[in-house]
Amino acid sequence: MSTATEAASEEIHPSDEAHDDHDHGLSDFGYIKVALLLAVLTAAEVLIYFFDDRVGPLEVPLLLILMVVKFEIVVAYFMHLRFDNKLFTWMFVGGLVLAIAVYAAMGTSMLFWTDPAGCDLSPNLDC
Amino acid sequence: MTDTPTTGSTAAAVEPAEGDEPQIAYPRTEWDDYEIIPPTTSLSNEKLTMWTFLGSDCLLFGALISTYLLLRNRQPLSGEGSLKAADLFDIPFTSVSSFVLLMSSLTMVLAVSAIARGEMERCKLWLLTTAAQGAVFIAGQVYEFTSFYREGLGFTVSISSSAFYTLTGFHGVHVSLGIIMLVTLWAMINRGIIGPERAETVEIIGLYWHFVDIVWIVIFAVVYLIP
Repeated sequence: MSTATEAASEEIHPSDEAHDDHDHGLSDFGYIKVALLLAVLTAAEVLIYFFDDRVGPLEVPLLLILMVVKFEIVVAYFMHLRFDNKLFTWMFVGGLVLAIAVYAAMGTSMLFWTDPAGCDLSPNLDC
Repeated sequence: MTDTPTTGSTAAAVEPAEGDEPQIAYPRTEWDDYEIIPPTTSLSNEKLTMWTFLGSDCLLFGALISTYLLLRNRQPLSGEGSLKAADLFDIPFTSVSSFVLLMSSLTMVLAVSAIARGEMERCKLWLLTTAAQGAVFIAGQVYEFTSFYREGLGFTVSISSSAFYTLTGFHGVHVSLGIIMLVTLWAMINRGIIGPERAETVEIIGLYWHFVDIVWIVIFAVVYLIP
């Protein structure tokens, strides 16, 4: 888990609030706190978008970091991956890592990182 | 493997009946007294299947997102006009629909929590609330697509608009399927087909719903917010 998720974990104390009849996960109040955290992060994303002139070159990295943190919080707490068997984590993360690797390779092969038009395909395609 | 001995069977030579193939008599070992149980992960197959499906769905959305990123700056093939989806984004509107979808994940997890406690009425309420929030999100997407179309951004106007509509449309289809699953789940609980003993069914549908939510988290940031 990342630092961000660990920080959220410290705030929520899952093991203390878990129900006896629910072998994993948070209490309802714990879930509401997680949702509030997600709402705050979404508001931060929108604020960064509107105040991009003040954020400057940090805009894109900040938006990406917030996106990853939100993604991880939903997967860890709402999808219970933090409390479930590690095999589930491997199945999901395996697909995710494979997807990122394959499409990063595809982007590289099309000069996505260096060509502002996004690709260097055939000139017939008006790149 | 258990330590329960089986009935005292022996591995002694067996006299073949007339016409049968002769059987080979293996020497008796200490393992003959134990019942062999196949190895198991003790995990739910259904849940493992859903996680495997979600892992593979990452590849589908990865393809759609990266295709959009590659094509979003392409000009129309005809050379007329240069309208792009990004020029028409209504970020406040999309932020509200994103918030609604995010909160639907909360109500979904509350439904899972409720059925785990055996509170069926509360579970049904949260399931319907989740489906309603999903419907609000879809309504917002239909409104967005309609307004884009009226501005002149049709599916076939440019390769970038095709990529945009395909990406967000596929996500919309996933949300719509999720709504159908939630309503079906509600009906099955209502008719007593699913009870507290099958709480895992709700959890598995919930996994799908949360996945739809995390995909939107990525689309909202990468497609809508990042310039």
